[in-house]
Amino acid sequence: MHRKKFFAALGTIALASTLVLAGCSSSAGSSGNKQTGNTIKLGGNFELSGAAAQYGQAMERGTKLAVEQINKDGGVKVGSKKLKIKLIQKDNKSDNSTVSSVATDLTTKSKVNAVVGPITSGAGLAAIPNYTKAKVPFITPGGTQDSLTLQKSGKVQPYVFRSCFEDSYQGKALAKYAYNTLNAKKVAILADKSTDYAQGLTKAFKAEYKGKVVTTEYYQSGDKDFNTLLTKMKNKGFDAIFVPGYYSEAGLIIKQAREMGISTPILGADGFADPKLAKIAGTNNTTNVYYTTHFDTLANTDAKATNYMKAFKAKYNEDAGTFDALAYDATYMIKDAIESEKSADSTKIADGLAKIKNFKGVTGTITMDKNHNPQKQVIITKVDNGKEVSATAVK
Amino acid sequence: MDTILQQLVNGLSLGSIYALLALGYTMVYGIIKLINFAHGDIYMVGAFWGYYVINQLHFNFWLALISAMIFCGLFGVLVEWLAYRPLRNSPRIAALITAIGVSFLLENGMAYLFTSNVRSFPQVMHVVRYHLGGVSISNIQLLILVVSIVLMVLLQLIVRKTKMGKAMRAVSVDPEAAQLIGINIDHTISFTFALGSALAGAAGVMIGLYYNSIDPLMGMTPGIKAFVAAVLGGIGLIPGAAIGGFVIGLLETIMQALGFSAFKDAAVYAVLIIILLIKPAGILGKKIKEKV
Repeated sequence: MHRKKFFAALGTIALASTLVLAGCSSSAGSSGNKQTGNTIKLGGNFELSGAAAQYGQAMERGTKLAVEQINKDGGVKVGSKKLKIKLIQKDNKSDNSTVSSVATDLTTKSKVNAVVGPITSGAGLAAIPNYTKAKVPFITPGGTQDSLTLQKSGKVQPYVFRSCFEDSYQGKALAKYAYNTLNAKKVAILADKSTDYAQGLTKAFKAEYKGKVVTTEYYQSGDKDFNTLLTKMKNKGFDAIFVPGYYSEAGLIIKQAREMGISTPILGADGFADPKLAKIAGTNNTTNVYYTTHFDTLANTDAKATNYMKAFKAKYNEDAGTFDALAYDATYMIKDAIESEKSADSTKIADGLAKIKNFKGVTGTITMDKNHNPQKQVIITKVDNGKEVSATAVK
Repeated sequence: MDTILQQLVNGLSLGSIYALLALGYTMVYGIIKLINFAHGDIYMVGAFWGYYVINQLHFNFWLALISAMIFCGLFGVLVEWLAYRPLRNSPRIAALITAIGVSFLLENGMAYLFTSNVRSFPQVMHVVRYHLGGVSISNIQLLILVVSIVLMVLLQLIVRKTKMGKAMRAVSVDPEAAQLIGINIDHTISFTFALGSALAGAAGVMIGLYYNSIDPLMGMTPGIKAFVAAVLGGIGLIPGAAIGGFVIGLLETIMQALGFSAFKDAAVYAVLIIILLIKPAGILGKKIKEKV
């Protein structure tokens, strides 16, 4: 019995190592997808149906609008030639195994030079091996997980980029905003212990915040009763509460805190950005609430953003939103990379994306850091009585 | 001191919900020796019923509460008739597994029909806070506490003073003997399910109002905790379930107040293990012999 188990284990190890070796050899053989003919092929690995369809469809619209505008303006300048972009898009059904098969299909069959999508961090992780094997870079407009662009060893993933900022970046921005703008010298933190997202935010906030964190309490996703924790925190004398977590719990925290008479500002990250937050908390309770977002129609005063909002409205007869704006920027970042490298070969695009500096996008001015995370403005939205009242950019 | 009293209030309002749920577990166990794991999901059904009647039919709170109790009572009878009655003479383990199956069916069935998104429960009652010294209590917390206690007293009256209650007690002591003296076992069991499920329905509507958020999986954790409460108090004993519920609510609150919020669920389950090792009959295990 034991012997059998031992051999089975040995077999698994052997199989695993062959797979790893096979992976290595094939990736060494590929040299990426060269640009051929008069077009640059842009892949779209979009969540057009399934759980993330709402984000995926926004991504499709932003990308399509960008491609249309680029082609209308003559195309992408590669050396002395101007090339048009051809968008080849596929629905990945918000399913991680389909995401990776779409990645393979786009890179090996359609021979695309770069890809936009998928949009979620989980799907991004599923797609990385296939993109990397084909040496085709992709930009995720919504994958904010810190570890997404990094390999296990801590080195950067060479073909993974994003146009959104990462989770911990929001934590830093919120720390600055709380201290400098809200003048909160003491904060209390009520954090979700069960998600990497909230833990990353908490860590980043604490590292950046100059004031004093008077207390840190933790809850679990799915908790409904925060009265005990809030009662405990109440007399600690803080100027603001930071709640790293998602809207389903944050809504309850806001409700219970306000009902208890805690009226200090409540800050959160993009996990707050859902209309259900105010519904769960109650509109009157959702006052003096701040959260970070990537793009906000109230905040953008520069011409680039205004033009984008107009163009989007003209084409789709709907207001622009966060994820279409990020996808739009992702497409233009690829154009920028091609033009600066004077080549649309996939490996060159990856080089160009890594070097992006002071790129003027609709979601802010982007400079790529060494971990392929864009350094750019964070928008902080203020909500009063359940309604967004203002939005400011924090750099 | 004020903080401690305030935490006590928080613990009691949480505990009264566990107590209401635990009563359903304990009654069903008392009468057919079945741990009805679908009980927590009946509570969820009650919350959804409240959500729909308030939103669509514009019921006020009391009407929503009573209609949810009636609906859940009937629903509990239906579940018993469809899922448990055919297994009446099967081994107990078969019925137990069926109960888990019913629980999954309800959770995923509701998620399929109404999506698994969190919904905000309509706020039919304006929140007012009363301040007594340093302690503040909201009208909804008071309402939960009072309604729960009233329902528990009513239940006790039904079990002790009515003919049906006598039949329930008789069936729980010896079903065959009860049948011999002319008690209709099927009716008695259906009635027990109706009572327990009605309490769960009431808890669902009150929790919906209190937390303002409901979803198809909302019954899972409270259901298991109520089960622990029932075991803690002595499964099969009505006063035991009520005590167990309050103890579990307070225990969770104390754990959080002491700074072990990450371990509050673990503490509840640890209590289950400890009680099963030390006093498997529960707190009230030996004092009362009559079971319902």
